[in-house]
Order: sequence, then C-alpha cells, then structure tokens
Amino acid sequence: MLIVHCPVCGAEGDETDFHCGGQAHIRRPASHDPHNITDEEQRDYLFMRFNPKGLHFERWRCDRGCGKWFHAARDTVSLEFKGYYGITELPPKELQAQATGQWAEFFKARAAEAGATRPAKKAAKTSAKKAGKK
Amino acid sequence: MSGRPYRLPESAAQGSRIDRSKTVSFSFDGKKLSGFAGDTIASAVMASGRKVFGRSFKYHRPRGVIGLGSEEMNALVAVGEGGRKEPNLRATQVELYNGLVATSQNRWPSLEFDVGIVNNYLSRLFPSGFYYKTFMWPRSFWESVYEPIIRNAAGLGEAAREHDPDAYEQMHVHVDVLVVGGGVAGIAAAEAAAASGKRVLLADENAVLGGVADISAGTIDGKAQGDWVKAKAAQFAKAGNVHVLTRTTVVGHYHHNYVLAAERVADHDPSLLDKGAPRHRLWKIRAAQVIVASGALERPIAFANNDRPGIMMASAARGMVERYATAPGMNGVIFTNNDDAYLTALKLHEAGVGVARIIDVRANATSELAEAARKAGLQVQTGAAIAGIETSGGGKEITGVKVAPYSKSRGRVVNEEKVACDFVAVSGGFNPVVHLWCHNAGKLKFDETIQSFRPDRHGDPIMVAGAANGTFDLGGCLEEGYAAGEAAAKAVGGKAGKLSKAAASGGAAGGVEAIWFAPATGKYNEGNKHFIDFQNDVTAADLELAQREGYESVEHTKRYTTLGMATDQGKTSNINGLGVISDATGRKIPEIGTTTFRPPYTPYSFGSIAGTKKGELFLPIRRTSIYDWHIARGATWEPVGQWRRAYCYPSGGENKKDAINREILAVRNKVGLLDASTLGKIEIKGPDAGKFLDLVYTNVFSSLKVGKCRYGLMMNEMGFLMDDGVTVRLGEDHFLMHTTSGGADRIAQWLEEWLQTEWTTLKVFVTPVTEQWAQFAIAGPKARKVLQKLDSDIDFSPEAFEFMSYREGKLAGYPVRVFRISFSGELSYEIATPSNFGRGLWDTLMEAGASEGIEPYGTEALHVLRAEKGFIVIGDETDGTVTPYDVNMGWAVSKKKDDFIGKRSLSQSFLASEGRKQLVGLETKDPNDVLPDGAYAVAEVKPQPPMKMIGQVTSSYWSPTLERSIAMALIEGGLSKMGETVSFPLEGGKVVEAKIVSPVFLDPEGKRQDV
Repeated sequence: MLIVHCPVCGAEGDETDFHCGGQAHIRRPASHDPHNITDEEQRDYLFMRFNPKGLHFERWRCDRGCGKWFHAARDTVSLEFKGYYGITELPPKELQAQATGQWAEFFKARAAEAGATRPAKKAAKTSAKKAGKK
Repeated sequence: MSGRPYRLPESAAQGSRIDRSKTVSFSFDGKKLSGFAGDTIASAVMASGRKVFGRSFKYHRPRGVIGLGSEEMNALVAVGEGGRKEPNLRATQVELYNGLVATSQNRWPSLEFDVGIVNNYLSRLFPSGFYYKTFMWPRSFWESVYEPIIRNAAGLGEAAREHDPDAYEQMHVHVDVLVVGGGVAGIAAAEAAAASGKRVLLADENAVLGGVADISAGTIDGKAQGDWVKAKAAQFAKAGNVHVLTRTTVVGHYHHNYVLAAERVADHDPSLLDKGAPRHRLWKIRAAQVIVASGALERPIAFANNDRPGIMMASAARGMVERYATAPGMNGVIFTNNDDAYLTALKLHEAGVGVARIIDVRANATSELAEAARKAGLQVQTGAAIAGIETSGGGKEITGVKVAPYSKSRGRVVNEEKVACDFVAVSGGFNPVVHLWCHNAGKLKFDETIQSFRPDRHGDPIMVAGAANGTFDLGGCLEEGYAAGEAAAKAVGGKAGKLSKAAASGGAAGGVEAIWFAPATGKYNEGNKHFIDFQNDVTAADLELAQREGYESVEHTKRYTTLGMATDQGKTSNINGLGVISDATGRKIPEIGTTTFRPPYTPYSFGSIAGTKKGELFLPIRRTSIYDWHIARGATWEPVGQWRRAYCYPSGGENKKDAINREILAVRNKVGLLDASTLGKIEIKGPDAGKFLDLVYTNVFSSLKVGKCRYGLMMNEMGFLMDDGVTVRLGEDHFLMHTTSGGADRIAQWLEEWLQTEWTTLKVFVTPVTEQWAQFAIAGPKARKVLQKLDSDIDFSPEAFEFMSYREGKLAGYPVRVFRISFSGELSYEIATPSNFGRGLWDTLMEAGASEGIEPYGTEALHVLRAEKGFIVIGDETDGTVTPYDVNMGWAVSKKKDDFIGKRSLSQSFLASEGRKQLVGLETKDPNDVLPDGAYAVAEVKPQPPMKMIGQVTSSYWSPTLERSIAMALIEGGLSKMGETVSFPLEGGKVVEAKIVSPVFLDPEGKRQDV
C-alpha cells in the first residue's frame, strides 16, 4: 500500500485514496493531426506502453481528495515516489535527467522537438504543456 | 492435573506461567480434562498424559506437539462450537479458559483409530507429484470422479457452517517506530526508541512479553532475564509514548511500511465478548520505521520417522517444563547439533525428568553447557545420530531410539545401539524468523556460522535486531536492540534521550554443525520416513525424487512437493528442505536460493479482514426518494450498482412474470409511471460545452437547438461503446447529459479526465447532479391526458411540445424539467423535479392518473418495452467489444467531425473488417420458446461440441404486446443474413431455431411515440 501525495491539494493518503491512470505523456495523435494517423501510430497510442525497471512516469488522480489529475515519477523497483508535477507539465529537468532507457530517449526526442520549433518559442511551450496525456 | 507424573510437582523452577490455585476445565475430543490458569491446550493435554493431537495431512500418521508457539505445525486443533468454531489453531498457542471445547482434526472416525492411515502403508503409491501422475486420464474423470475424491480427502480442519456471532474491528494507526517482537532485542529496541520521546508500538504474538527470555541461558544486569522483562513491561505501561500490544501477530509487511497486525482480543477469555469486546482486531499500521525483532525458531533434524508423537523441539520440551511444569515424558533422549539443547537436558534433569542420553552429531562438545551436563551426570555421546525410532501402538508411543555413529559425509552405517526412552527432544539449530523481512522484497544472505539465512538488504525503512538477525547470544541481542531503537528514533527526528543500557552475562551462542539428514540404518527406505515439512507430509525422499525428476529450481521443488506450502508457511521446513536439496545435488544452499515468504506469517481470521464491513455495512444502498412507496407497493428489487430499483410490483397474488406482463400492457394500452431517478445526470456548462460534447459523443451536439434533446452514443478511445443517453440543451452554454444508471459516476470522471488531461484549454464545467433530481417517465397513450389534468404553465399539446424537446416550468406546483423522450416507444414524458419534491410529485401523478388506469412499472417492464422497440442497453447489447456499426447505429456516428473519442479506431483494420458480429432481432420458430440470455448460435448443429460459434443472444424476453418471444443477438455478418435461420443448441440437447429479423419488433415507423 503506497503512500501518495497530491501536489494539487496537498493531501497525503493511501494508494486506495488515489487512482493510477497508467503511463504519462502519451501523445494522442488525433488531437494533433486527425487526418494523418497511420494504423501503427494509432495502435501504439492505444496499446504500446513502457515497462521500465526503475524510474517511471505516471498519471494519478486524487480520487478521494480534490479530484485532480497530476503526474508522478515513481521508481518501480524501490516504489519510491521521486517527485510530483502538474498534469500539463513535463517532469522537472532533474527528474528527466534520472530517466533511463525508453524514458531517456523519450525526453531527448521531446527536447529535440522543442529545439526544432525554438524560433516560435511561445508555441513550443504550449505544445509541450498540451502533451500531458493519452 | 490428574496427569501425574506428567505434571511436575510444585516448585519455583517449574510452572512459571501457570497458577496452580486456579483449575480450568475444558474438553478435548469430548473428553473432560482440566488444567491450570495459564496453560495452553498443548500443555494441559500433555499433562494429562496424552501425546497424540491429530493426524497428518497426507499419510494420516498420528502426530503430537512439536513446538512451543505459533510455529507449531502438528498439533492443530479446532476450538469452539457452532458459529464460533475455528479450525487449524495451534494447540501450543491457544490459552486455556473454562469451558473451552477443542477437537482434533483430519481423522476419521476417531483420533485413536483412523481409516486414512492406510495411506501411510500405501505411501509408495503416493510419491510427490502423485496427483499429476495418476489422475491424468481418462479426461472425462477429471471433474466427475477425481476431483470429488481429492477434495474429500484433502484439507485440514473444517470451517464453521453457522453465522459468526462475534464482532470484529479494525484500527488504523500511524507510529514513528514499530517494533515487531517483544523478546530481549525487541524490548531493548522499544526502550531505546521510546527514550527519544517518539511514539513506539511494540507488538508481540504471545500473551506476555519476553519471547524465550524466561527459558534461555544468561542473566541481564545480574537478574534472571524474566525479571528484567517484567521490569521493562512495567516501565512501558507507565510510559506515555509506548503502546504494547500482546497476543498480536504482525502478519504482513507491505509497501511503504504498511503493516498488518492481528490481535486476538478475546480468544483467551470469551467472557470479554459479553462485555462488548471484539473477538479479533486487525491493526493497520503505518510506521515511519520498523524494527524486526521476531527472534528465531528451532529447526528439526530429519531422521527416520522423526514425526512420532513424543518427538519435539528441545526448546519446546524445556518450555513445557519451565513454563507449565508439564513433562514431555518420563525418560528422554536429547538429539542435537548445537549447545542449546544441553540447556534443555539440564533443565529436564533438574526438574526430575529422566534424560537417558544426549546424542550430539558433532565430534566434540566442549561448551560450558556441555561440561555442565557431564558434571550433572548426564551421558553425552558425540559423533552420533538417531537412526530410527522404536514405537508401539501404531506409532503412537515411543519405546526407544536407535543410535548410530555419525560423521558428516560418512554415509550410512549398520551398527546401531538401542536406547530406551519415551520422548525425544531435538535441536537442529535455529533459523532467524525472516518472514516479515521478506514480505516486501527484503533480501537474505546465507550465514555459514548459523547455517541459515539471515536478513541482508531491504529497500524500506526497516531494521532487524537480535535472533531475527542471526545474533543468538544474549549480549548481542541487547546491543542490536538498543542500536536499532536509537537508529530508528534518529531516523524519524528523535533526539537522543536518557537510556541506561543493561548488560548481559552468559547466554553465549554455541557452534552448530549442519545436519540435514540423519541416515537410517538397515534398508534405506523400508518403513522410514524423514519428514521435512510435517504439515504437508513432505519427506526428504520426496525432495530427492523431485530433483531426480528434474524439478531442480527450488520454486519448482516447492510446488511439486508442496514443501513449505502449508499453513505454517515453511517456518520449520524451509531451511531443512534446502539442506536436503543441497545434499542431493551437491549445490551449496546459497546457490539454491530460497523460496519467497509471503504474508500472512500466521493465518488470521476472515472476520478481522471484514471488520465491521458486514451485513448492512458491507455496501451502502442508494435509495431514490420513492423508495418507501416502492416498498409499500410490494416491489421486488433489482440492484443497479448501489441503487435498488423496483423490478416489478406484483399484486393480488401475482407472480413476477404476470406482474411484468400487466405493467407492459398498461404502458402500451393506458399509461405507466416509472421511477427513473437513478438515471445518471451530469450538467455540462461553459462556453465550450458544445465543442466538448462533440468530442465525447459520436454524433454532433453543438448544432442542437436550445430546448431540444438528442440521443448520443459514447465510445472509448478504442472505438467500443461505453455509454449512451439523451442530452438536452438547457441553454446556449448549458447542457444536461443523461447517462446509464450504472455509468453515472464513471462517465462524470471520464469527462473530467479528458478536460483535465487532454483538452485542458476548453472552458467547461462538469457537475454530476444525479441525486439532486427525482425523475419519472410517464409513458403510454394516455400520458398527455394525465399531465393535462394537472395545473401547469407548460403547454403539453403536441403542437406546442414536440417529440425530443424540453420545457421547464411548474406542474401541480412542483418545479419541473420535462423532456419529451421515449425509451418505451410510447408517447412519453420524463419529468424531473428536485429530489425533495420527488415523492410529492409521484403521488400527485399517481392520483391524477388513477382514472386513466395508471400503473407503476419496474425495470423489467422497461427492458421488455425497449426490446420490443429494438433499443439497445449498454451492457446487454454491448460487452466492451462492440462498436456503433456493430449495433447498426452508424447513423449516430458523425462523418463530418474531424475528431471525437474513438473515431480513429473505428477505421483500424480489425474494427473495419468484414464478418464482425452485428445486432439483429430473432424470432424463434416456436413463438413460445424464449431463448436464454447468452445462448450461443452455431454455424452447424453437431451431436456434441465443439461447434463453431457465430454469435450470442444479448437480450431475450416474452413480449406480451406481440404475444410471442423476442430476442436480440449479435451474429457474425448478421445484417446480411436477414430472413435466414440460425440454431441455438441449449443444455439438455434441445435446439431452438430462430429467424433473423430486424430488432425493431414494434412500430418501426415510430408513430406511437410521436403523437
């Protein structure tokens, strides 16, 4: 029975007071370009998930508290929560730096994406924020 | 107590736990016995001279007491009668009280004479893996013959069949430091942690603190260990920050130091129940720091027939004498590989119990204790082992042991000597109790010194001290206890407090020589069984067989032989089993590894798991504002989620079927009233409300005119239907969504999730309002007439109030929202009023409708009415793998919208493929045949399965309107099979044939609802 903290309302409680919504930062293709989604992209969006041994990034909901969704970084081996951050945010830099394997690649790719659109700095920021889910 | 000479005479050295001035009477297997206050069942029954407590699991061999506490694996008894009977309790742990009723287990017809003992003599036919090897064929015997026989023969004890009359409760606590185990190390740890002022919880499974301090060697601060324990217990009782729980077994350690502890509150004194005490209390503990001081358990030695009643652990024999003044016999043999058993020999000798010989497998025994034993005149034989047991009375009485020379790796010897005795005290060394350490992934390491596993790494804030850590000397236990307590307190921010540490003298740990198997003389396996796991009857030979048959991984060996899988969870068998595997394979124990210890440490009651959440408190019941009226009207109930909905209203001796048919015809011909309050209601409000609904529904809602209603379908992201209902546009930026009754909470959360996590810029509020409104459907040709009788500012005329539109106003003085929608296919209005007005409006409508013959109708009539119209129900026609196209509702899926939840998935190859199951109607050939729900349609009827399944019935009813059966089904390619016949083979060989038709059985043009 994990202990979870809600970064939105500040509640601390048992795992059963919260709801784990699975892997974080899954980009929903239809929200970006609904007419150009390959079958494979849609399949990956629906079913392909990371299964890291170590640091993982997840969505959680403060079920019996404020009802808000948030992000959590959790070590799947030690089960320690390494940090919490907003549902529309990417992990803080120091947590991204601790990521390994698929997550490390993921954050690298996201950083490169943000770099590519740097001229329109504001737009890049919003898209990163939007990226929070599904 | 009449059991002299087994009950030793009164003396200061023996019987520390019993009070000879208080006699307690109880019964065992119907026989009246008596003991003293402070006795356990084991000590009292043994004092009566009785050694056999039960029969073993597989071979039905007679078994007696082996241990001293919760580790006991043989002497399992059922305690109590009727609803209070609890099986599989350890006789060594159950404290005696007046009137206690205990019965032995796993014997038939009696403990003395047991028919199942035949298994013992047939044991060659029952090797490990016996079931897998024997009950293979014929296949048809699996369920009908083999399983009933196996189930009948298997199982320990028998659960009570009556309702449990007692109360159970649960406690939730947060503590700074939890100390598990109240022995010397645990007490020291608790004292040190408490000195910092932090809150400490000390839990121990025994009735009093101290662990085995009272029967162990060594003194603390020059005092007997037992005196030191008593002083500390008194100190804790006074301290404000130490909570001591006795009779409380810490059964499990879980993530983030979540700990479960089972307290036996009234088991030792049922009179407490009458004073309102719960029988058991389950503690749910969050501890910032956990200190495991769970001690160690003595392990047996596998020698031939080492399970005979009268063979017990050396520490248990000592405990019986010192605590209860119960002698395990008249004349015993001590068999050991370490020094501790010499203390037993000395204590038995001092108590006047004969010690025929001390047999030590080690070549030399020169410790202080060994010398003391020799000095006391006891005969010590080193380099020897017990090679066999001589018994009489079918193995129930020991008459002597066979002793043979022994040295490691010498193998079997033939010369043996007989030593007469009537009991044997065995010590094979001690295993740290590492169960709790392992529950949540703690690692172990093998320690050569103690020839056992002890704790290594752990990811949680958990520490270990004393014997649980493999530290067996008294001074070490104290030191580790203090150190762990201080460290734990410091870790939770405690300041160093005043603590005067005690000093130990004596109680040194002696050397131990591993012995996993003592060979028998004579022919190897002739009548000899070397038991490793006593409770599951697993022998050394079974483990060796498993190795020979290739079950080499210890996890495979465990499952193949059931080693360590009994209720004792391998407390005494695990290490010995590994030792035998090690000997058999030549691999070292650390290479073999150990199996996983899982919670619970000891079994605890279902009652305590349920706590107070039983009966009416098990699940809250949600009632609509019309609930009492339904009861008065004699409604029968249908649970829908936590709601209780009226299923039908039988009256005048009607059965349910007749009531349902009457209610349906009332709606079709006159008018009916339905309590639809449970329908999910969610208000969607904000400038982007329309845009949001376009994203969550398959069809378009942003174009809906204010004051109009539209039926909507909701899919999940995989393209499967998950909800449906009518949504109403109350205002420009204000919608009211109706969901299924069961889906109300789920859909509200679903909408929130999308708003919070994906479409975060949409300005929309989602507010569930289900309970705020009572809602009724008034349906039938005379519905309008009834409403028009009532005073209202709403014009109910067909021209002013069209089908699929909405009005707000007053009806008979009640504020109402009226939706002209229909789930029955009749002229119908759904009227919502704030819940507090619900009953008043309901009564008004019933009264106004009386002259038109209005009748209430329940959920079953509702379902038949909608099925006659071919309307789907989410969860009946859909099962989470059904798309809108599958139910022929492509008309509700927008082609224009760029995006909505599930849209893209509908064109994935699997969902767009040909031959998917499609919703159709069915007309059985015989109109009186009502297909069972879920019946399978097959491509071709064959005399017996397998047959290719091509679909299934999703809804099936008798339609009183059409006077025939109707059904809906999902059939492969069903829409292109209109008019074809499909077959449904049913149980018992009957085959029902049905014609595929449109699912709309009544009024396909929809004229009845639009009048």
